[in-house]
Amino acid sequence: MSKIKSDAPVNKKPVSIYLKRYWQLYLLLALPMLYLLIFKYIPMVYIQIAFKKYSIVGSIWEQKLAANHGFQYFIQAFSDSDFRRALRNTLVLNLLDLAIGFPIPIIFALLLNELCFKRFKNVVQTIAYMPHFLSWVIIYGLALQLFTPSTGLVNMVITKMGGQTVPFLNDPIHWVWTYVFLGAWQSFGWNSIVYLAAIAGINNELYEAASVDGAGRLSKIWHITLPGIRPTIVLLLIMQIGNILGGTFDRPFALRNNLVISWAEVLPTYIYSHGIKGLQFSLTTAVGFFQSVVGVIFLLLANTISRKLGERGIW
Amino acid sequence: MHKPKHYISDYVIAAVCVVISLICIIPMINLLARSLSSTDALIKHEVYLWPVDININAYQMVLTDPKYIRSFIWTVILTLICTVVSLVMTAACAYPLIYSELKGRSVINIFITITMFFNAGTIPNYLLMQSLGLLNKPLVLILPGCLSVYNMIIMRSFFYGIPESLRESAQIDGASFFRILASIYIPLSKPVIATLALFYAVGRWNGYSDALMYLSGPGGSKYYPLQLLLYNILNNVNSVEVATQEGFSSPGLSEALKAAIVMFSTVPILCVYPRLQKYFMSGVMVGAVKE
Repeated sequence: MSKIKSDAPVNKKPVSIYLKRYWQLYLLLALPMLYLLIFKYIPMVYIQIAFKKYSIVGSIWEQKLAANHGFQYFIQAFSDSDFRRALRNTLVLNLLDLAIGFPIPIIFALLLNELCFKRFKNVVQTIAYMPHFLSWVIIYGLALQLFTPSTGLVNMVITKMGGQTVPFLNDPIHWVWTYVFLGAWQSFGWNSIVYLAAIAGINNELYEAASVDGAGRLSKIWHITLPGIRPTIVLLLIMQIGNILGGTFDRPFALRNNLVISWAEVLPTYIYSHGIKGLQFSLTTAVGFFQSVVGVIFLLLANTISRKLGERGIW
Repeated sequence: MHKPKHYISDYVIAAVCVVISLICIIPMINLLARSLSSTDALIKHEVYLWPVDININAYQMVLTDPKYIRSFIWTVILTLICTVVSLVMTAACAYPLIYSELKGRSVINIFITITMFFNAGTIPNYLLMQSLGLLNKPLVLILPGCLSVYNMIIMRSFFYGIPESLRESAQIDGASFFRILASIYIPLSKPVIATLALFYAVGRWNGYSDALMYLSGPGGSKYYPLQLLLYNILNNVNSVEVATQEGFSSPGLSEALKAAIVMFSTVPILCVYPRLQKYFMSGVMVGAVKE
């Protein structure tokens, strides 16, 4: 709070009069700011253990710098084949999500927008939002019921039609596609909301004018709807590119099993298993720091490129 | 734009939407069918989308097992606490920031925005919990997530949409800032409050990774939320215990039981979200995306 108070006396008016009037607002802000300070900023202090020889005893400020000017753990990470594998998997899974999971909500929003049975449209939306509200553990439970080789629904149907069972969850390459499909399944409905709202914001006169000119459904989508939601698409694309090395822990950790670990180990799960389980705190803090820094760089890059191409960026 | 006449393409689009809906809902129907089917039918691979030899043994088993009931009640309480605390924190953060005359506002905004783009990482967070003495305590499931900056921005942009003239006339009448918040902003913000309550509640109900990381020590397992319990069951952690409960002779029952447990931990959310659909679809999130 001291920072805020020191900002206050700008135009030489007595601080006390200002505070007497505005103290309630600062009081409201106190707890949220304290929260951010403790739970978001203080952890940043711990990042320094990525550059230090961490030991449980003693303050982190007093610990010795790691070898190689403090970069020992970064070098160690990049020479660790487990880390390189996790890095590759993170990139591959996120790129597949970008290629497959990103366009589907846009297509779905366009489709819903063209759907003219109103009650039916509402039902479709309710059903399509449902997967977003399921946890990854539950989705894994559903996936087991669907994809288990002998007892899963999909495999039962495949064998009934005379096909071979498909190891959706137990073979690494199949698992990758299952992972991407389940991700798209979980999020497409929910992510379409933003696009639907953007479509709703398009001026109706444009469509009417196009109808007068004899434009068909497809040409209206191509020439009016898609250009109308382009800023939204670009914005969400920038954010997803910024997250190319990120991603959550919940999804890969819930969906993976020991048979597919060679493609399912991503950076968040690597940090968990080598850090919290394996107690290599310095190494995994270095990995996490690398991940955060790359995330910021990618976000800035994507933003700059989109502005160069004449689009609105995030800021 | 409403045309009285429907074209063939309208029916094609409707048909595609039916297929998409089926893809979304068939896994749930399949799960429900399995949870209601008999062991024999499951072993013989007879269950598709309709239960065979309908019975509720699996549900009886779940609902009479104190382990699940305890975890269920604890998760409900936890979710309610988290939702209320988070909403209070979010409103307390969003409301002052709409006053452009507030001194230090830009500094505070930068302070907040940085946390959106830069995260210290898993291990620093873990070490913080350790040094705060929160590991293996129930509070560790509440405090670290009690304010989402993203949700705060959603609420703030909703507040921006409320005409300034309302608060100005209240100020002229001598209303305090607290009073304006309580009697103008909160009552007018029902859609955004409902939406964010849903976000926070779903986030807490579905979250398991914090419990996995922070409650792994002695005494922590008492506070496992339902999702972590479910994770352990699905992955056969403590499988000996599960197997003896169910009896080794009937492997099919464990399938039905698993299906019933998954149903059991999904139903609360499936009951809630359709009721709030009109709120979260009313475009409350859009302001935040544009910002």
